[in-house]
Formats: sequence, structure tokens, C-alpha cells
Amino acid sequence: MRWLLVKDLQILRRSKLLVGLLVVYPIAIALLIGIALSRGPDKPRVAFLNQVPIGQTTTNVGGRDVDFTDYADQFFDAIDPLRVRTREEAVDAVESGDALAALIIPPDTVERLNGGLGQAEVEVLYNGDALKQSFVEATIDAELARANAALSRTIGEVAIEDLRILTEGGEIATPLGRQTLLGLKRARDVLERSLARLPADAPERDGLEQVLRFAEQALIGLDFATPALRAVSEPIRVRATVLSGSRTPLDAFAVALAVAVSLLFIAVLLASGVLALEREEQAYGRLVPGLVSRAALLAEKVVLAAACSGLAALAMLCGIGAFTGVDWGRLPLWLVALAAGALGCSALGVAIGALAREVRAASLLGLLVALPLAFLALVPSGAVAGGVHDAITVVNALFPFKPALQALDAAVNGADPGVWGPAAHLLALATGYGILARVALRRF
Amino acid sequence: MTKRFGDRVALRDVSFSVGEGELLAVIGPNGAGKTTLLSILAGILRPDEGEVSRPPEEIGWVPQQPAVYSKLTVRENLRLFARLEKVADPDAVVARMLEQTGLADRADDELGTLSGGNRQRVNIAVGLLADPPVLLLDEPSSSLDPRQRERLWEFVDGLAREHGTSVVFTTHNVAEAERWADRVLVLADGEVLFTGAPQALHRDAERTGVDFETAFVRFLRAQGH
Repeated sequence: MRWLLVKDLQILRRSKLLVGLLVVYPIAIALLIGIALSRGPDKPRVAFLNQVPIGQTTTNVGGRDVDFTDYADQFFDAIDPLRVRTREEAVDAVESGDALAALIIPPDTVERLNGGLGQAEVEVLYNGDALKQSFVEATIDAELARANAALSRTIGEVAIEDLRILTEGGEIATPLGRQTLLGLKRARDVLERSLARLPADAPERDGLEQVLRFAEQALIGLDFATPALRAVSEPIRVRATVLSGSRTPLDAFAVALAVAVSLLFIAVLLASGVLALEREEQAYGRLVPGLVSRAALLAEKVVLAAACSGLAALAMLCGIGAFTGVDWGRLPLWLVALAAGALGCSALGVAIGALAREVRAASLLGLLVALPLAFLALVPSGAVAGGVHDAITVVNALFPFKPALQALDAAVNGADPGVWGPAAHLLALATGYGILARVALRRF
Repeated sequence: MTKRFGDRVALRDVSFSVGEGELLAVIGPNGAGKTTLLSILAGILRPDEGEVSRPPEEIGWVPQQPAVYSKLTVRENLRLFARLEKVADPDAVVARMLEQTGLADRADDELGTLSGGNRQRVNIAVGLLADPPVLLLDEPSSSLDPRQRERLWEFVDGLAREHGTSVVFTTHNVAEAERWADRVLVLADGEVLFTGAPQALHRDAERTGVDFETAFVRFLRAQGH
């Protein structure tokens, strides 16, 4: 096996273009996927026209000043604003493609919010293809929903404070200015004290007792009203609990993904290519009758491809680690994950090489298998129908990419389910693909 | 030996022996089973029935297409196979083979840069590295020019006569078989039609005044092929 390894390394050393492509291509794909995953989409460019007169952007909600320019600032965080001065400019910007959409705040918006003219409205104009429209629509809807929610929360808080004053007593803002309220509890106390001083047969007692019952019923009712108002201002509160799956931040996951993609491509293409080369060079018929056993030949190709792909992936991981905050203390786990991943992917490669029998066919088949595997491993469970996801899960379990990605994610980022489970899975797959390759060699 | 590929019988009850230092030519039309026969002798294919008395380790195999690595140099190819053959002194054997095949001056050239004839010489040299008692040559001269062909057969003839190597070769060039082989084995549709000295097959040609190739074709037609 040693001399075959030396021979293959000599051939690789003389195939500089091939080796260059073999390294550059997967790294380029890996980086593209990594960048696409770790960076969100660019902010949509939206024309913005605020027709509310300057100085009239503030409204008073229950004595609390609310400035709508605060909501506009939040909105500008989510879009790339193109400020325009008239509606015509906004329409032109959208029609010419300078902006994907235009958001127009009519002049009476604040007035409407103050309650004089009914529900406030904003106008949105869209342009662009369906995908962009959908994206910008979702962005604007989300920001408007945030603004609505913030406003509703403010109104809710004011209402809750007013209820508290109504119950406990205190100062309240009214259109006539600030007023001092006695409060239901104090009113109840006053009534109870008054009733206690009255003779049992006093004619006022009946009326006062009715007022006292009303005060008590009102207090009970208002006790229910406060949580109800809180619920209205924030109907659903999220309490997030991750039961299973990766909790790795997207940036850190992208590192593991980029390395796993490189590992897969290099291992599969190299292993399938060097095995198919034995047949293409006609050397297989000279080697196997007595010089090398078929199993040893396969083992040599797996070791070669695993070593080359593992080293390339390790170099890539170290390179990324030099610029990002990876935990170097986990290096031994990296090596375990890389070794297991490289063995699994290389075994898949020799199976492909044994089935394809020609270098070009093996390379094509390797690409055809590797590319979908990389993307299938990224399909989240809720993104497709249950049956389809079950099928994808089975496919991912039968091929080494997903377990290699899990092992690397665990090794680099400490993600669940740890390194050892996926590593064992990879070794089982390596054995299976080795057997498949050995069977395929019968017709090699 | 009998060999089947599915329903097709590639070889049917083929049996023959080769003596020490003997040159046996296997001739026959395309699809006769010549390469299948040599592949079984080399241990690449297994017969469905029958056996080969020599193990593959004792048989040197020179396939029709050069079975060497085009990205390696001539010397690297020879050294690789010498090491795989576990010869005692690989470097000495490589030097001897380079000398014998006249490739010493191209020893450090990549095989991919050599002519077809020179590649075939390396191909044959690899088959001889372990000094096997039996050598199989599958159409060894098909890609050689007349001068190279002459040198090849002189070399192979020397192996048989001087080293006692038993040589079995296939060829489409029946004149070559007539000139260099001690015996010919005529194979058609997987069956042995004739085994014997070329002269025996040639008697008809001598009687009618036709050449050996014409006599061979007439023989095949007479046998229904």
C-alpha cells in the first residue's frame, strides 16, 4: 500500500491544475455558502415620504408624549431609505427602479392617531419582481407591525396606569387638565366607616350599602381588567425552549458548514478520481491478480483521499480560526471530527469511483452526489412537508455529509449531539461504502 | 476452461499446455475469446469451469493497452511495479530493464510524453520485471512500427530461447505468428479449432501456393467461421 500511496502522491504532484481546482473549487463553494448563511440579505431600498408637517409629529396618549419620528428611526434600521419630497418623486423612484418600494406617511396621520379622524393609514407602493416584492413587503409589514405593537403597548400602559389610579386614587391627566381622583378603595373605606357610624335603622343605610357593593364589585372587576389589558397590549409572549437541534449561532455554524463542504468535495472527488484512474490507465488489471488485493487497493485510496481532504479542511479551519473566535482548546475534537468525516466521505468517493470506472464519469457522479447532499443537509424541518422531511432525513443518514457536519459543528462550536455519535455514524458509513466499493470492483 | 458472460459462452472447453521456452501464438478472428483467455491465464478473470496450473504470481502479464501510469516517468513506473512485485533489488532490475528495452535515455521522461511504441516497450518491461517463468502478451506489436516490431520479437524470442520463459501471445498478424511462434492455437467463437505447429496449418498454403494468412482464412471458413 505504501508504494501505491507514493505513486498517487507523485501523480497528484504532477497534476497541479487538477489539484488546484480540487482545492479551490470546494473552498469557493464553501465560502459562498458560508457567506450566504452568515450574512442576511441587503436592506431593501425604500423611498420614504413623510408628509406630516414638521413639529406635528408628536401626539399625547393619556398624558404621555409619543414622537412618531422614533418609529421612523427604527424603520430606517431595517431599510435603506431614499428620502423624497413629494408623492410624484416617490412614484418615480419606484417606477425607475431606484427603490423597490415607497412608504408614504400622509399629513393627517398624527391627527388620526389622536383620535379625531379614525384609524391612521400609510401608503406603500411596490415594484420589482415577485421575490423582491415579497421581501420588501415582508420587511415593511414587519416594521409597521413593530410600530403598531409599540404604540399599542404605550396605550395599554397608559390605560393600566389610569385603572390603577381609578382603583387606588391619585392624579390623572384629562382633557381638562390634571385631576385628583379619590379611588375606589378609598371610597369603599369611606363608605364602610360611614356605615359603621350609622344606626342600624337609618334610612340612608340602604342606599350607602348599595354604593358600597358597587364599589366592591367594581374593584373585583378592575382586578380582572388589568391583566386583560396587559394581554391585549402583548397578546402572545414568547417563551423559547430549544428541545433538540443545533443552538449554534449562524456565524459559527457557517464555519463548520464551510469546512464540511470542502471536506466532502475534496474527499469524494479525489477518492473517486484516483480509483477510476487505475482502470483508465489499465493498471488495475495488472495490480489485482497478485500484486495488490482489491481491499488493499480500496483502503489505499480511502487513506489517500482522507489524508488530503482532512489536511485541506484542517488548514481551512485553522485559517478561519485565525480571523474568528474559534476555541483552539477544542483542537483534539476537531481532529476526531475531521478524521471521521474524511474517512466517511472518502469511502463514499471510492464507491463512486468503483461504480463509475472512468475518471470523468466519476468526477461528474461525485459532483452530482455531493452538491445535493450539501443542500439537503441544510433543509430545516419546518421548511418542507413532513413526509418530504422524513425522506430527506433518511437520505442524510445514508450519506456522510450530514454526520460530518454535525461532528464538525460539535467539535468547533460544542453543538449537540456531540462529536462521538456522528463519528461512529461516519465510521459505520465508511464500512458500508467500503463493502459497496468492493462489490462494485467485481465488474471494474 | 469454460467462461460465460451471462448467456454468452466466451470460452468453451479450452485446454492446452505450453512447454518451457516455448512460444505459443493464439490467433483467431475478432471476438474469438483471445483476450478473455489471456485474462483468465493472468488471473484477472476466473473461469466458470477448469483451472490454470500456474498461480498469477508466476505469470507476467502484458495487456494490449499499456497498463502503466502516464504521469509517472519510465523509471518511476518500473520502480513502482518492481517494488510491488517485491523483487530483491528493484533499482538493479529497473536499470537492467531500461537497458534491455533501450529506454535508458528516456528513463526520466513522463510516460505521457512517449510515443505509442515506447509506451508499449515500458508495458512489456513491466511484465518482465519479476522474471516470470510464463509471459502473456496481448497483441504486443499492434502499436509498433516494423522496426520496433522486429526488435520486440527478437527480444521475446531471446527470453524464450535463452531464459526458458514460456510465452503465450495473441496477435491478428498471422504472418508474425507463423514467423515467431513454435505452435499456434486457433480460437474461434470460444472454441479451439487447431493446435499445432504453424507449418501444419501451412500445408494447405504450400499445396495451393497461397500465403499463410490466406491459408488461415480458408481454414476458418472450412471450419464454418
